[in-house]
Amino acid sequence: MIRLWHRCARIARAMVGLPDYGTYLQHMAQRHPGAPVMDRLAFFRDRQQARYGAKGGGRCC
Amino acid sequence: MLRHLPWIAIGTGGLAALAHVALSRGEPVNALWVVTAALGCFLVAYRYYALFIARHVMGLDAARPTPAVRRADGLDYVATDRTVLFGHHFAAIAGAGPLVGPVLAAQMGYLPGTLWIIFGVIFAGAVQDFIVLFLSMRRDGRSLGELVRMEMGQAAGTIALMGAFMIMVIILAVLALIVVRALAESPWGLFTVAATVPLAIFMGVYTRWIRPGRIGEVSLVGLVGLLAAIVYGEQIAASPVWGPAFTFTPQALCFILITYGAIASVLPVWLLLAPRDYLSTFLKIGAIVALAIGIVIMAPPLRMPPLTQFIGGGGPVWSGALFPFLFITIACGAVSGFHALIASGTTPKLIATEADAPLIGYGAMLAEAFVAIMALVGACILDPGIYFTMNSPAALIGTDAASASAAVTAMGYPIAAETIANVARDVGESTIISRTGGAPTLAVAMAEIFAHIAGGPGMKAFWYHFAILFEALFILTAVDAGTRAGRFMLQDLIGLAAPRFIEGRAQLAGLLCTALCVGAWGFFLYQGVTDPLGGVNTLWPIFGISNQMLAAIALMLGTAVLFRMKRDRFAWVTVVPTVWLLICTLSAGWLKLFSADPAVGFLAHATRFSDAIGRGEVLAPARDMEAMRAIVFNDRIDAALVAIFLLIVLALGGFTLRTVLAARRSPVPTVREIGGASTGITREDRALAAEGAAA
Repeated sequence: MIRLWHRCARIARAMVGLPDYGTYLQHMAQRHPGAPVMDRLAFFRDRQQARYGAKGGGRCC
Repeated sequence: MLRHLPWIAIGTGGLAALAHVALSRGEPVNALWVVTAALGCFLVAYRYYALFIARHVMGLDAARPTPAVRRADGLDYVATDRTVLFGHHFAAIAGAGPLVGPVLAAQMGYLPGTLWIIFGVIFAGAVQDFIVLFLSMRRDGRSLGELVRMEMGQAAGTIALMGAFMIMVIILAVLALIVVRALAESPWGLFTVAATVPLAIFMGVYTRWIRPGRIGEVSLVGLVGLLAAIVYGEQIAASPVWGPAFTFTPQALCFILITYGAIASVLPVWLLLAPRDYLSTFLKIGAIVALAIGIVIMAPPLRMPPLTQFIGGGGPVWSGALFPFLFITIACGAVSGFHALIASGTTPKLIATEADAPLIGYGAMLAEAFVAIMALVGACILDPGIYFTMNSPAALIGTDAASASAAVTAMGYPIAAETIANVARDVGESTIISRTGGAPTLAVAMAEIFAHIAGGPGMKAFWYHFAILFEALFILTAVDAGTRAGRFMLQDLIGLAAPRFIEGRAQLAGLLCTALCVGAWGFFLYQGVTDPLGGVNTLWPIFGISNQMLAAIALMLGTAVLFRMKRDRFAWVTVVPTVWLLICTLSAGWLKLFSADPAVGFLAHATRFSDAIGRGEVLAPARDMEAMRAIVFNDRIDAALVAIFLLIVLALGGFTLRTVLAARRSPVPTVREIGGASTGITREDRALAAEGAAA
């Protein structure tokens, strides 16, 4: 039940273009150990700006 | 063989339902037959045609690393679970288009629209989305313009980019026009939509400083605010002070929208755009799911006949005969060129393995077609008299219930004046006459369906305004986001011609391009709002032509690449829909330009009015000479626009032909993919390895 809820939450976040923070942390730990990592808030703001502030508004008519 | 049996059953069921829909006469057909027919056909098409394309035409390789794997950065390139990505992609492609086109197409009856959506999506729309996703996925997730440039040359890429910008302008104008038509003279509707602006700003502040990043939480707060706005809107509309304050003419609303678009598109994204996008996205998905459940529970009969007398032309909603105009009226839902921009946007950077591409590329488009089918069902469960009352321009049916009742009854769809007044009262509006643009019609249908399930007839007004709000909300989000996207397209285009202009003064160039973009769609919006025939009549066909033109370009790109991959013998998969779209767009464009019927041809219409100006006459619906000149001017602009669209599509046809011939001459594949060879390791292999390591 909890897994289903988490899955729905992930789908909902993906619908508004927010990737998974955990995946980002995992990626940074694996590929760039020691490099500075954005905290959750910085990550959220970075992704928000990337989705809406850049090219390709990201949706259809 | 055994594993095919369930699919054979589903396919036979779908086709039987379709035959029932197509062949039954007399008794009204239940909407569930249409839904069953669509579902059956879609499932079988997905199981067989999409997989055929994946395996044989594209040669998808689950072991080949996708951009999300090769360039993983945890931000833009993230290997994403397929159901999560499906949600992302579907939310990006499904907008107002599939809700509006089918409603307008209902003027020909439910059958032509149903057949075109089902077969159009299976053989054209879903193929287009899928092939563009495939192309972009194999080229680092590059955009459509870049793909055309890579495979067909610099000139072709620039022309495609210009086409995409012009389509963006037309889409924004037509979407804004739908909002204007739905909210003009409707204080309740306008109040609820206006309330979303402070609400979204509050949400923006909340996610920025109060509880940063809590999207779910803030969306719930927003939803409560929205529902309160709808409930409270009734009293606002009834209030002697606030009612008139929220009642605007279409012209006034047009300028409000243009100003809003200009301001909203330069505000920081977290303040207004992002929070409203959360609201509109979740509301959209929720409303679509609720509509599907509602149709299944209510199982309403289709009251619209399968075919109306307007299939030969002369319909009040839009002009022209079934061929070719039906095929451009329903664009989104059957085949939507705009998806080529989405399928070459964020999605290809998120796809975890090539094996997921059929579900995302082909499957999500089938889901959008299903939304279109529901919109068509919605329009067709209404009394046809109400449908034509709402969708005919005031120039044809007048503005009061008695004249509308007489005019629509004369069309052959008897409707009493009291019925018209009753429907308006039920949904809490002063009038429903000539509320063109599709959104109000769908809102009446949704109110009918939702009130049947929750709340009864007393709730119709609430559900009507809920439906209007849901459509207006994501249209406004699209206007805002689209203006930003259009600005970047324009900057790119200017950058190609004058790179130093962009580099030196980024800020100024940004503001200038925003102003140009708003000015461009604002011009067409104003033209549509002041058009005595309602504007939808003029703008929707231009939108349809441009959207199908982009689809044709995307499919031509697919064709060129298939030849360059040396997969000539499977090229029919894209060639057939390309040819069909070219036939439809070129003939529709030709008729819009040169038809002698002034109701269809822009130039014939312009000539009729300029001749009258020469004679010093004023023709209805113009009231004075100035209006006459405006009509002629607008006709010529529209004609020029259609001509440019035709030239763009012909030019790209030429580039495609050249590319294909060159590819035929080459003995080896000339395709330019990025990322190369397969690793031989699939996701399943990796999962097994991970399990092994864990054990």
